[in-house]
Amino acid sequence: MVVPSAPPVEATLIQIFHAFLLIGATSFGGGVMAYLRSSLVEKHGWLDDESFVQLLAMSQSLPGLNSTNMAVLVGDRLRGTPGALVAIAGICLPGGILMFFLGMLHRQHGARPLVTAALHGVAAAAVGLVAAVAVQIGRKVLTRADDLAFVVLAVIGVSVLHQSVLVVLFVVGAFAIWWYRPRDEAPGPPAR
Amino acid sequence: MSQLSALTWVFAYLSLLTVGGGLAAFPELKALTVEKFHWLGFQELIHLYSLGQIAPGPNMMMVAAVGERVAGVIGALVVVIAFFGPTGILTLGTGRLWRRLDGWRWRDPIQRGLAPVSVGLLVAGSISLAKGALVGRASVLIAGVVFLLLIRTRINPAVLVLCGAVAGLFAFGAP
Repeated sequence: MVVPSAPPVEATLIQIFHAFLLIGATSFGGGVMAYLRSSLVEKHGWLDDESFVQLLAMSQSLPGLNSTNMAVLVGDRLRGTPGALVAIAGICLPGGILMFFLGMLHRQHGARPLVTAALHGVAAAAVGLVAAVAVQIGRKVLTRADDLAFVVLAVIGVSVLHQSVLVVLFVVGAFAIWWYRPRDEAPGPPAR
Repeated sequence: MSQLSALTWVFAYLSLLTVGGGLAAFPELKALTVEKFHWLGFQELIHLYSLGQIAPGPNMMMVAAVGERVAGVIGALVVVIAFFGPTGILTLGTGRLWRRLDGWRWRDPIQRGLAPVSVGLLVAGSISLAKGALVGRASVLIAGVVFLLLIRTRINPAVLVLCGAVAGLFAFGAP
């Protein structure tokens, strides 16, 4: 079987750090994936489109945020473990520093009536945002009726039965994986 | 000291639940930081999470603000390392293994099965957030408008969240 090997592209640790720092500092409003693709595939040519989609699929099914998982996977491909380390540090640093100071400001001034009013508005807008993200991802991912059943089971587990996310992930996740288990009789290698 | 070790295990544990996105872990984030350890109130957590939607980069950098609240700069550092370290190592290892598992029969079922479950966890996270964030009719209206605009148009979400702040001033700021 052909295993996609590391691309023959030269990238130094500083270049990797710089590229991910830039993504971490400019990707306002979520959708980090679009920023990642435009930087890694188009600007630097470190990945082709096919590898990008493969790594993205892997990022989505592993624990951890999709964007930081992508940083680790791409950094590792380019420069091994040190590459992964500088990539995840770069993408987290700008937002982390910003949130550190916003958190301090919030602690000192969050109780003022006008600040609280604005934050109530921000929180309401965030609800609209996360609901839209869930719907948009759902549209892409859910293709069959049985998919929808697993969505409903997960929601019931957490929101109605108040089970911990861990329990729901294990129980409903294991059931879903078993539901989509390999059905072909011949356990041979896949046709390629 | 015990605060720092509590921060470490809480955020390392939470990070393992973020399958499909940070929001999936939100109900558990609330249960641990608000109800179990009383590090902050539910409204404060919601405000920090919502502010985190404005920040660039990964959408859970608000964990740094929770760490800061509990134990200053050290707390923020501990939380960020605990939140991104274990999953980073897991991803590094699985990434290398995954390429070798190219022909493994269970690879597709795992991806196929976890996808709808992670959507369900996102919906459950949204519900948990909405329960605390929708305080009255005005906030339902703001959330609804933002939702529709995002579904129908390509406006940058960060801009809409900032507009939410202005709308909040008008809706909730009047004495």
